[in-house]
Amino acid sequence: MDLQIALLLGQDGVTNGAIYALLALALVLVFAVTRVIFIPQGEFVAFGALTLASLQAGRLPGTVWLLLAMGTAIALIEGSAAMRARRFRRLPLILLINCGAPLLLAASLLAVSPAELPLLVQVLLTLMLVVPLGPMLYRLAYQPVAEASVLALLIVSVAVHVTLTGVGLLFFGAEGSRTPAFTDVSFEVGDVVLQGQTILVIVASILLIVALYLFFERTLYGKALRATAMNRTGARLMGISGNLAGLLSFTLAGAIGAFSGVLISPITTIYYDSGFLIGLKGFVGAIIGGLASYPVAAGGAVLVGLLEAYSSFWASAFKEVIVFTLIIPVLLWRSLKTRHVEEA
Amino acid sequence: MKRSVQSTILLLLFIVALLAAPVLLSEFYVTLLNYIGLYAIVALGLVMLTGVGGLTSFGQAAFAGLGAYTSAYLTTVHGVSPWLTLPAGLLVTAIVALSLGLVTLRLSGHFLPLGTIAWGISLYYLFGNLAALGGHTGISGVPPLYIFDLEIRSGREFFYLIWAILLALILATRNLLDSREGRAIRALKGGSVMAEAMGVNTPRSKIVVFAVAALYAAVSGWLYAHLQRFVNPTPFSLTQGIEYLFMAVVGGVSHVWGAILGAGLITVLKQWLQDWLPRLLGQSGNFEMIVFGLLMIIVLQRARDGVWPMLQRFFPQDVARARSDGVRRLEKRPLPESGSVLLEVTDASKCFGGLVANDRVSFRVRAGEIMALIGPNGAGKSTMFNGISGVDPLTSGRVSFRGERVESLPARRIARLGMSRTFQHVRLLPAMSVIENVAIGAHLRGRKSFIAAACRADRDEDARLLQEAALQIERCGLRDQMYEPAGNLPLGRQRLVEIARALAADPCLLLLDEPAAGLRYIEKQALAELLRRLRAEGIGILLVEHDMEFVMGLADRVVVMEFGRKLAAGLPEEIQRNPAVVEAYLGGVE
Repeated sequence: MDLQIALLLGQDGVTNGAIYALLALALVLVFAVTRVIFIPQGEFVAFGALTLASLQAGRLPGTVWLLLAMGTAIALIEGSAAMRARRFRRLPLILLINCGAPLLLAASLLAVSPAELPLLVQVLLTLMLVVPLGPMLYRLAYQPVAEASVLALLIVSVAVHVTLTGVGLLFFGAEGSRTPAFTDVSFEVGDVVLQGQTILVIVASILLIVALYLFFERTLYGKALRATAMNRTGARLMGISGNLAGLLSFTLAGAIGAFSGVLISPITTIYYDSGFLIGLKGFVGAIIGGLASYPVAAGGAVLVGLLEAYSSFWASAFKEVIVFTLIIPVLLWRSLKTRHVEEA
Repeated sequence: MKRSVQSTILLLLFIVALLAAPVLLSEFYVTLLNYIGLYAIVALGLVMLTGVGGLTSFGQAAFAGLGAYTSAYLTTVHGVSPWLTLPAGLLVTAIVALSLGLVTLRLSGHFLPLGTIAWGISLYYLFGNLAALGGHTGISGVPPLYIFDLEIRSGREFFYLIWAILLALILATRNLLDSREGRAIRALKGGSVMAEAMGVNTPRSKIVVFAVAALYAAVSGWLYAHLQRFVNPTPFSLTQGIEYLFMAVVGGVSHVWGAILGAGLITVLKQWLQDWLPRLLGQSGNFEMIVFGLLMIIVLQRARDGVWPMLQRFFPQDVARARSDGVRRLEKRPLPESGSVLLEVTDASKCFGGLVANDRVSFRVRAGEIMALIGPNGAGKSTMFNGISGVDPLTSGRVSFRGERVESLPARRIARLGMSRTFQHVRLLPAMSVIENVAIGAHLRGRKSFIAAACRADRDEDARLLQEAALQIERCGLRDQMYEPAGNLPLGRQRLVEIARALAADPCLLLLDEPAAGLRYIEKQALAELLRRLRAEGIGILLVEHDMEFVMGLADRVVVMEFGRKLAAGLPEEIQRNPAVVEAYLGGVE
């Protein structure tokens, strides 16, 4: 391997690593706030990428149907609860939010031809289609069992993952998609060509991380989430609803996932089930951070990206083996470092 | 007696049905039942791990893969007999499971399943990419099994082998769970604090149950390799590992028979969905996973215990019972001489971050005395208990118990020296009967281990443990509720169960954290009488209690704590007159 290849691989590694880092942050966030180990995080990446690809190909993305289906399910649950409580005045609002908004979105997608829209609008539409799936998922799958053990929540997560993968196959088919690069610009620094796409991914990731930081440090909702992460009961006593915190963190996770999908779609071909492995690589990063530290998780995720890039050069067939076996020394290191005490 | 006869009859009927099945059913159904049997073996391991032990794994398919690939490789490449590759596969699996367990089980519970996901994926890719294992095409030409000269080749012949092994494993698992080590495993689900305080080596129990579940999977994999006579990576993927967990959860993760039920339900449902869904949706793909995923979510939301408990009421329940006849009592430990110092706490401090919960507290407890630790809420009494008993070690200071320094020992080592305790927030296993809960207290008084328990070589010892538990329950006045689930008792009585459990450990020092809370007047009097009797026997008692009438009438000496510090110490009468104590309790008089 000469220096040029090394730098090229490094560039690949950092690009993927930046995306894994975003996912790692989302995973830490969701776990800290809701105790949910969010295995389906990767599905949001796949859905984001595939939705954008469908829009660009001029097809109606399958996520529209998913949005409608989940919205209807929530409307049924909330609606029947409102009827039982004889609060009929809430019904129009429930219907409007859960069925009306998705229908409006679907109608407007049918009205325009999405393939001809500018890229930025396509990206925005993608986010509008995919991000709401996050809080909807929380409402349908997790909220009814919010107080269950971490283990039970984890099994729910795996069940959600399995369902969403199946749904992805149903709506997007088995073929993969890859969107055209956002930019063709490239820079030459010495012997090395820096792809504009790479820089875009890294800059976008950094911007998103900064935005998250500001959200948590400066806004009331951000602080509410941090309070819930630190002490759920205490936060509830201060008037921060656990459900609100859950919905909010899942919205953020959905947004980060969908955005990562948009970023990754020009770099790799994404299939309906690609999200899982991508999400798990974020997980390896998150576990390096002990599912608790944001900076260590992000750093760990970049490390995973680099390891993946270099191992794909040295032992391409064993790339996944190497990346996922990394978790063992990491866990060993963590287990030697931490002394776990249960709350007495 | 009658119940166990009933369940034996049901078991025999089940065996007869199994014997008849291959004769009566078509090839298709025999094959289906073979797969159900193979899956149920893996699911049985998950029942032990998840439902009983409170741990979980998504990597069981990978363990099955280890069993299958070890046998396929050794038989085809090196011509080793399948009967030798079974132990070889088990050995490989055990080594992998033990190392994986050692790495993850010290961390909090969710790192193990995450580790198994990663490990399930990497093993799948390893199988698929190692040229020696045939890559993604796998290994074919795996030889059939022979029992002496009888070749087991057809599905019908395999049926008997698979179900015989499954049945044997079910019985062994049941035996194991109904034993001393089994109760220790069941105690894991309630968190490790209580189990450790009763002397259970919880990391060991966790690793054993994880390894046993892995070995079950390896057995299933070995059978699979010789039934199919071909292996490739697909059946050992993470997806299959997830499906195994679904089987266990849908069937009923807390019951051994739930494994068969879940394996049967999921396998039949999958067969059916794979026929119908592609027709319905007009495209082909693994759409049954959508239904399985939704089914799991609904099961976990609505019926977390799975389907088996709904059927269970039609079957007789076996409850561990104490035998009254001819059981030798357990040996008792010689108690230290009355009046000798049992426990000496010197300058004990405990900090939680910046909060000082205990600040250089010192006191002694002697054999044959009742010493009360009192103080307002938040004074640091329970923290002190946790520090002394090793549940949550002190930040600094010395604790010596029977002349031995114990402040840095784990709770189970301190328990072994003869200190036993109850918890302020009751830590019983609500679904287990009172007698089984109390028998956990006697854990350290038995020796027989897992293998002895699985083949019932422990019955004599177990009877003695249960008899001891029964005696302590009677002593605490709970004879009538001995076989009820502990969770059915009112809170006050649950505290008495905790005392019985502590007594079953044959302690010389008893730590009681608010034993009288929630008891009625008569029950309090009975409790006081019991504690006086224990004192007369020479046991030392350290008591935290808020009921002053109870404390002052019972205690020989009293230590008062406030804001983590020792405020006063002395005889009950002195304490009652002490102005600082009166102020702490009643507020200052202006």
